Amino acid sequence: MKTKQKFLKIVITLLLIIFSICMLVPFYWMIISSLKLNKDVFSVPMRWLPDMDNIQWKNYVTIWQKIPLLTYFKNSFKLATITTVIQLAVSCLAAYGFSKVRFWGRDILFLIYVTTIAIPWQVYMVPQFILVTRMGLNDTHLGLILMQAFSAFGVFLMRQAYMGIPNELCEAARIDGMSEYGIFAKIIMPLGKPSMATLVIFTFTNVWNDFMGPLIYLQTKELKTIQLGIRNFVTQYGAEYNLIMAASVVSLIPVVIVFVCFQRFFIEGVASSGIKG
Amino acid sequence: MENEKQVLSPKMKRKLKSNAVGFSFVLPSLLGYAIFVFIPVCFSLILSLMEWDASQAPLKFVGLQNFVTIFGDRNFRNSFIHTVTYSLMTVFPTLVISLLLAVLMNSKIRGITFFRAAFYFPHIVSVVAVGAVWNMLFQPDYGPINMFLKFIGISNPPRWVLSTTWAMPAVAIVSVWKNMGYYMIIYLAGLQGIDHSLHEAASIDGANGWQRLRYITVPLLTPTTFFVLIMLTIQCFKVFDLVYVMTGGGPGNATQTLVNYIYTKAFTSWKLGEASAAAMIMFVVVLAVTLIQFAGERKWSDQM
Repeated sequence: MKTKQKFLKIVITLLLIIFSICMLVPFYWMIISSLKLNKDVFSVPMRWLPDMDNIQWKNYVTIWQKIPLLTYFKNSFKLATITTVIQLAVSCLAAYGFSKVRFWGRDILFLIYVTTIAIPWQVYMVPQFILVTRMGLNDTHLGLILMQAFSAFGVFLMRQAYMGIPNELCEAARIDGMSEYGIFAKIIMPLGKPSMATLVIFTFTNVWNDFMGPLIYLQTKELKTIQLGIRNFVTQYGAEYNLIMAASVVSLIPVVIVFVCFQRFFIEGVASSGIKG
Repeated sequence: MENEKQVLSPKMKRKLKSNAVGFSFVLPSLLGYAIFVFIPVCFSLILSLMEWDASQAPLKFVGLQNFVTIFGDRNFRNSFIHTVTYSLMTVFPTLVISLLLAVLMNSKIRGITFFRAAFYFPHIVSVVAVGAVWNMLFQPDYGPINMFLKFIGISNPPRWVLSTTWAMPAVAIVSVWKNMGYYMIIYLAGLQGIDHSLHEAASIDGANGWQRLRYITVPLLTPTTFFVLIMLTIQCFKVFDLVYVMTGGGPGNATQTLVNYIYTKAFTSWKLGEASAAAMIMFVVVLAVTLIQFAGERKWSDQM
């Protein structure tokens, strides 16, 4: 029985190793292609190991000269950071109001939030665009930030976290004469940090990876984001496969860093949304 | 009397103050949400009954004419069918593979953190980069995928994104690859909720691994499966980016999806009424799926 179980474990591990290699092959291919000469990308037969004497590091220099990659990077970073900060602040405040303070119409309001959470953005993206345009914010970063910064999801996630914090903590602080704002800032917010981390990384990666939003809203070249930039690269230099791959690798780096540092919060965030359902 | 008034008044005051304080917490979110989400949602409904090109010209009420127009539009019908096809091709493979992966991962082996990260990683990288790589992998003449297919003896492999029949399956394959890690984690959370003693009891009774999976794990995971099914379906109906970067809706119109249709109608033809009507159709589908979910949730929570 013992040896049989051990054997089974080895088989499972092997299966998982094979499978994870399959999952990661596209990324491996991306990296080795980014270091090749363009004519070698689709060489026959396929070369899976890089040719050590012929690694084209200069591809990674060329891409910065071909398109304003740095500008795209800065724009994406700016959008992702500001959107995340607003989203976080606004969601935490609202979550505290919805979970710890009683006021008229609170439950109805929250019900509206919950029901609208299921409406896909694609359903109202057209009127939203018209509205933002009428505000004079078309083709600005502000328009894009505002349209993404307010989500029912953020409020919902933070409220879930605050609901798990015992009300007695607030009551005790109230008796001690602390104001609601003080309780929020000094007691509740620090206790909700894990959920805040989840919200931060979800929002940041979403904005960083967003394609359709910037596609609709941004026309000026200087304002475009990294995703639009890579896309332009693909359409403009469609046959320069090595450079496209190099640019793609560069565009993934920030997300990879966030993922490696905060992997736990990603997993927990996904898992809790699953348990909820 | 006077005494009572004095007691009441501070109480009222406190209540008012509590209301004001409560509102002050939710106000920023509420304002932003109302302006940028709630009003557009309502506006979308109204627009679907109007004719408008986003100019200064006034909106013209046309009743259900927009719906009649788009239902008569072959492009719309095709987009809808393509979206459904894409969903069918994506949902079931994702469901099955993510479940199997989760079951394998749940067997107390080493390196779980690595495997979990490896499977989940494709989910968080951008569609644009992913689309670019896969387009190269799918390259019909020299791409690694067709090279491999030729190697195992398929002399005439599909032309993938260049073929009207194979473009959609190619997109679906990428979608399965990209998203199954996400659903695997949801399944893993579901699996952790299953009482271990059930498996032990079944083992003692002589059930083998497959039987335990078939008769214990899968039935007990039904609520999770249901949730995953709903989430996946909704997600499939929203597909745009992946199609846009991989095929651009082509070849011809072969991979034109619902959101593609809305996007083109709105931002290329500026027929906002028809675009909104199509958006409403999408909304109805998503709403129906969500309502099914509510019904299912109630059923399972009653059983618990």
